[in-house]
Amino acid sequence: MEAVVFFVCGAAVIIGALGVIAGRNPVHSALFLLLTLVSIAVLYLQQHAALVAAVQIVVYASAIVVLFLFVITLLGVDKGEAPDDAHPVQQVAAVVLGVLVLTGILVLVHGNRWVTGAHSTRGALGAADSGNVETLAKSLFTDFVWAFEMTAVLLVIAVVGSVVLARRSGHRADAPSAEAHATEPGERSPA
Amino acid sequence: MIGAGVTPIAHAPVDWYAIAPEIALFAAAILIVVLRSVARHDPKVHQASMLIAIAGVAASALFTGVQWAFVHSNGPYQAMSGLVAVDGFGVFVKSVILGATLLALLLSGGYLRREHLESPEYFALMLCSATGMMLMASANDLITIFLSLEILSIALYVLAAFDRRRLSSQEAGLKYFLLGSFSSAVFLYGIALVYGATGTTRLSGIAQFLAKIVLLHDGVLFVGLALLLVGLGFKVAAAPFHMWTPDVYQGAPTPVTAFMAAATKAAAFAAVLRIFVGAFRLYDVDWRPAVFGLAVLSLLVGSIAAVVQTDVKRMLAYQSISHAGYVLIGVQAATDKGTSAALFYVCTYAVMATGAFAIVMLVARRGDDRHELTDYRGLASARPVLAGLLTLFLLAQAGVPLTGGFVAKLSVFSAAIDVGQYWLALVGMLAAVIGAFVYLRIVLAMYAPPDDEAAPEGPRIVVDAGTGVALTIAAGAIVFLGVVPGIVLDFAHAATQLLAR
Repeated sequence: MEAVVFFVCGAAVIIGALGVIAGRNPVHSALFLLLTLVSIAVLYLQQHAALVAAVQIVVYASAIVVLFLFVITLLGVDKGEAPDDAHPVQQVAAVVLGVLVLTGILVLVHGNRWVTGAHSTRGALGAADSGNVETLAKSLFTDFVWAFEMTAVLLVIAVVGSVVLARRSGHRADAPSAEAHATEPGERSPA
Repeated sequence: MIGAGVTPIAHAPVDWYAIAPEIALFAAAILIVVLRSVARHDPKVHQASMLIAIAGVAASALFTGVQWAFVHSNGPYQAMSGLVAVDGFGVFVKSVILGATLLALLLSGGYLRREHLESPEYFALMLCSATGMMLMASANDLITIFLSLEILSIALYVLAAFDRRRLSSQEAGLKYFLLGSFSSAVFLYGIALVYGATGTTRLSGIAQFLAKIVLLHDGVLFVGLALLLVGLGFKVAAAPFHMWTPDVYQGAPTPVTAFMAAATKAAAFAAVLRIFVGAFRLYDVDWRPAVFGLAVLSLLVGSIAAVVQTDVKRMLAYQSISHAGYVLIGVQAATDKGTSAALFYVCTYAVMATGAFAIVMLVARRGDDRHELTDYRGLASARPVLAGLLTLFLLAQAGVPLTGGFVAKLSVFSAAIDVGQYWLALVGMLAAVIGAFVYLRIVLAMYAPPDDEAAPEGPRIVVDAGTGVALTIAAGAIVFLGVVPGIVLDFAHAATQLLAR
């Protein structure tokens, strides 16, 4: 049973990933991305990581994909006008490098004990009914509390940065361009 | 409200001394944002926020000094349940970052006024980015390294695109953002694989694990290590992960370019040294060839590509790639001497890069677009002091004796020769010769007679007070580092000895 779930979801993940890059229509790509993200959530569930699976669904599958769809529809790029400006050399190089990486991974997987490392360093995940919220919370608020607090800086940057980028474009829409600047009267007068 | 049967989480004690420098910087950033929203229409807000930013840097430097005094007498230790390393190494890198931030702030005030971009948010973002760099300098865990990498980068993406009227600035921001997030993803993948192989993300934990246990199948660890190197190689602008550097350095507002070149390199190299020379020292047989390759490529690509440029800002951008190569020579040695040489190089580069970009900023004048070599013709007769200063910074970058650049190059080469890497030192010297040619081209252009027919007379070059102070500090520092390098070399050496493992 576990193997069946794994292979079905694994196949779905890969099909979704291929669909994202192969789709001509951006909306289709976004939907394929959804397939990948939900399948990964199922894989998390299979690993008894219920909380991570829930976060995956809520944040990635819902919020981020919806955001993608918003942007696609707002920009109106869903008319199937996929930009096709990839250089042929780049395409060949991308395929060659991709195959190289794949071969590298396959060579690694070849031995049956390709991972040797410490097991389950954060302790058992806890009873199945409690999920693993408690374990995660403990880790987050004791050992990793500083990392947790550091994200505050990120949030400040996100707010300030988006305000800077968004407001300035609206506010300065009629501002003279760089060329116009250089030829402003008085600006070019000999010193 | 805690329900029955749930035990409250015992919080780890907070070591305020360990995180005070970062908190001081971030507090200044918050203060600026608050001031901006309270006194929105006051024209003095711009000036006030620059002063707050400088005060924040000064406070942070004070706390860093306190840390140094403590570490010097009591030895290095780990704080915040091992996420933060309080050690001499961190103090040294933090000092470099604070110095570079101070210089960049001084340059920014006049630049923003000249370009009519006055905005307190600029200073807030720069302080946030510097906070990220400081966090990176003392990060002792792959998670905190990743978070600080994101903090410093995301603020820089916005800063690079800050001059939204210039298309090249927008392009720089977008390009940096796209390639930067890609490299962050690669770095994160590397963290996941290293965690899978060693069961911990603590750098000291990884070192202990690898010292205790011999991995029979270490493929995952190697792939993880390679991905970490790629991610960090992007941030330090080492070839072949340098593609973004020329465009971003050229397009970004020039003070931001100076900040990026000086401070980001220092922070990212701190992470490189902590991860590779610190945590993975036992595996140096495996990662040293990779770093060797990066160093050779960066040295050659950086200096050869700079030769064919006609845009001075772009030339300096390519040269910054080759300077990353010199630092990698020190990293590659994987010895204490190599580490302290790399630290000294990063410190020197911060000064000479900021100085050179400051002059580029002045010569570019309003619009920030006069970067061609022809724009420098006759600079020596028009503004002899500026031309002299640029000559000084360029000669320092070329590695001429009596400047900091010479001592820096000498120390990385001697670190390489100590471990028998004659070839690497030779490639470094070759790159230095090619680099000298590039710098001489700029110097010759400046001392050439002015081209009266072609060059249209631009607006006068105006040196504002802040830029003047920054140039004086940078010029003084570069001569100081060249004439009496012993003080900083000893500092770097002592810092390396006091590395928390």
